Amino acid sequence: MGLRKEKRIFTTIAYHGFIWIFGFFMMYPVLWLIASSFKDEAEIFQKSYSLIPSSLKFDNYMQGWKGFGGISFGTFFKNSFVIVILSTIGQVASSALVAYGFARIKFVGQRVLFACMIITMLLPSQVLMIPQYILFSRLGWVNSFRPLVVPSYFGYPFFIFLMMQFMEGIPRELDEAARIDGCNQWGIFFRILLPLIRPAMITSAIFSFYWKWQDFFGPLLYLKKPNLYPVSLALKMFSDPAAVTDWGAMFAMSTLSLVPVFIIFVMCQKYIVEGISTTGLKG
Amino acid sequence: MVNIQTVKDKRKGINKSGYNNLAGYAFISPWLIGFIIFTVFPMLLALYFSFTEYDVLSTPKWIGLENYRNMFTSDDRFRTALSVTFQYVFTAIPLRLIFALFIAMLFVKNRKLVPLYRTIYYLPSIIGGSVAVAVMWRQLFGADGALNGVLSALGLLDKQISWIGNPDTSLWTLILLAVWQFGSPMLIFLAGLKQIPSSYYESASIDGANGIQQFVKITLPMLTPIILFNLVMQVISGFMAFTESYIITQGGPFDRTLFYALYLFQQGFQFYNMGYACALAWVLLLIMGVFTAIIFKTSNYWVYSESKGE
Repeated sequence: MGLRKEKRIFTTIAYHGFIWIFGFFMMYPVLWLIASSFKDEAEIFQKSYSLIPSSLKFDNYMQGWKGFGGISFGTFFKNSFVIVILSTIGQVASSALVAYGFARIKFVGQRVLFACMIITMLLPSQVLMIPQYILFSRLGWVNSFRPLVVPSYFGYPFFIFLMMQFMEGIPRELDEAARIDGCNQWGIFFRILLPLIRPAMITSAIFSFYWKWQDFFGPLLYLKKPNLYPVSLALKMFSDPAAVTDWGAMFAMSTLSLVPVFIIFVMCQKYIVEGISTTGLKG
Repeated sequence: MVNIQTVKDKRKGINKSGYNNLAGYAFISPWLIGFIIFTVFPMLLALYFSFTEYDVLSTPKWIGLENYRNMFTSDDRFRTALSVTFQYVFTAIPLRLIFALFIAMLFVKNRKLVPLYRTIYYLPSIIGGSVAVAVMWRQLFGADGALNGVLSALGLLDKQISWIGNPDTSLWTLILLAVWQFGSPMLIFLAGLKQIPSSYYESASIDGANGIQQFVKITLPMLTPIILFNLVMQVISGFMAFTESYIITQGGPFDRTLFYALYLFQQGFQFYNMGYACALAWVLLLIMGVFTAIIFKTSNYWVYSESKGE
C-alpha cells in the first residue's frame, strides 16, 4: 500500500513539474517582452534573455507613447477602438438576426444557402482581396474606416454558426407559446430568443474584438494616412527594422497593445473556452 | 451541424409557408446581401481579372490563359512560394495538432490547477496573430536576441547568428511560432476527450489493455471526427498565413520564407500586377479545394463513426 501511495505522489509531482516547466517555455516570450519594455537600451542587449529588469522604469512607455510623425499612440489606440467597437456591434447584431433566420424559420432554399454559408468559412480571403479593394477604392472608401467596418454589418459565418448551435439548445415550445400569445417572428426573435442567446453573443463579441484588434491586413490595404492607423499597423511602422532606433519604446508599445487583449481574456475566459469548444473557432 | 431536417419535420402542418419564406429571407438578408456583394461578386471578378493584364490605372486587357501559363512555366518565385508554403503547412500543422492533443490529454482529468494551466497554455494563441508578437519573435530570434543570449550564456554558441536571417533556420522560426499557438485545437480536443465515456476505458483496463493500447484503440478512433475538423481548419489557415512572414522575415532571406499569401500580396499591391495576383488567388483556391476534398474523401477510411463502426 505504501509503495502505491509513493508512486502516486511521484506521478503527481512529475505531472505538475512537467506542466510548469513546459508552461514556463510557453510563457517565456511574453514575459520577456514585458520585461524588456522596462529595460533601458544597454540592458536590452547585454542581458537580452533576462526576465527581471534591473529597475521598473516607465521611460520607454513615455517615449513610445509619443509615436511617430507627430502622432501619438493615443490616436492609434483611439482609431483601433473606433474600428473594433463599430465592427463588433455590427458583427454580433447582424449575425444574431441571420442565425435566427437559419435556425428557427423554415423557408425555401434554406439548405442550399446554409451550405453556401458554411463553404464561405473555408474560402481563402486572398481570392476576394483584390476585387474588394477595387470595389472599395471605386467607392472612394480608401483612407476611411468604412472598408473595415461596413462589411461587419452583413453577418459573420462563424458567429452565425455559433449562435445557431446555441439556439438549438433552446426549446421550441417557447417559440410556440409566444406565437399563441400573438408574437410574430420578429417578436419571437427579439423578446424570446435574443435574451436567451446572450452567452453566445458575448462569446462572438469577444472574438470579434480580438480579430479586429489584431487585424493587420485590412488596415495595411485601406489606410495610407498615419493619422488613421490603428495600433496594429502603427506598431508595424514603428518597428520597421530600418527605422527603429528605440527598441525599449517599441517593446513598451507592443506590450501596451496587448493589454486590452489580456484584460478581456482574464475577464471572459469562460466564454472563450466554451466558444472554442462548441464551434471550433480559431483563436 | 444544425439539423435542418428536424426543423422541417416539426413544422409540418403549420401552413404559413408564404409568411415564413418572407420572414426567413428578411432575417438572413444581411448575410445574403453581404454574400452576394462581398463574396460571390468579388470571386467572379477575380476570375475575370485572372484572364487579364490589369494594373488598376488602365482598363483590364484580356490575355486569356497567359497569366496561368506564365505562372506554371516561367515564374520561379511562384514555385518557391508554393514549396515554402507546403513545407510550412505540412510541418507546422501536424506538429501543432500533435502538441494540442498531447497537452489536451494532460488536462482531461479534473486535477487541481488545471483551469490555470489551461489559461497559461492557451494564452499564446490569443495574442499569437498580433503584430506585437511578430515583432517580439523577430527580436527573440535575431542576432542579438534572447535565444542567442541564453545559448552563449550556456557556452553553446561561439558566434552570434541570426535565426531569422539564416536561410537554413528562418522558416523554422516561423514554424515554431505557429506550433506555439496550439491553444485552439487543444481546447477542441479537450472538449472531445471529455465526451468519450469513461466506461470504455474501464472495461478496456479490465480486459488488461495498457495505456498505449487504450490510446490507440479507444482515444484515437473516438477523436477522429475532431481530428478531421481540426485538420481541415488548420490546413486552411496555414495556406493563408501572411502576417508572420510579412513582418518577421519579409519573405527573406532569399525567399526562404516567401509564403504564398505574401507573394500574392507583393504581385498585387507592390508590383500592381492585379491580374496575375488574381490568377495566383484562384490557383490557391483550387489547391485548397483539392486538399480539403482529399481530406474529406479519405475521411471515410480513417474517421470513426459510431453508427457504422459497431
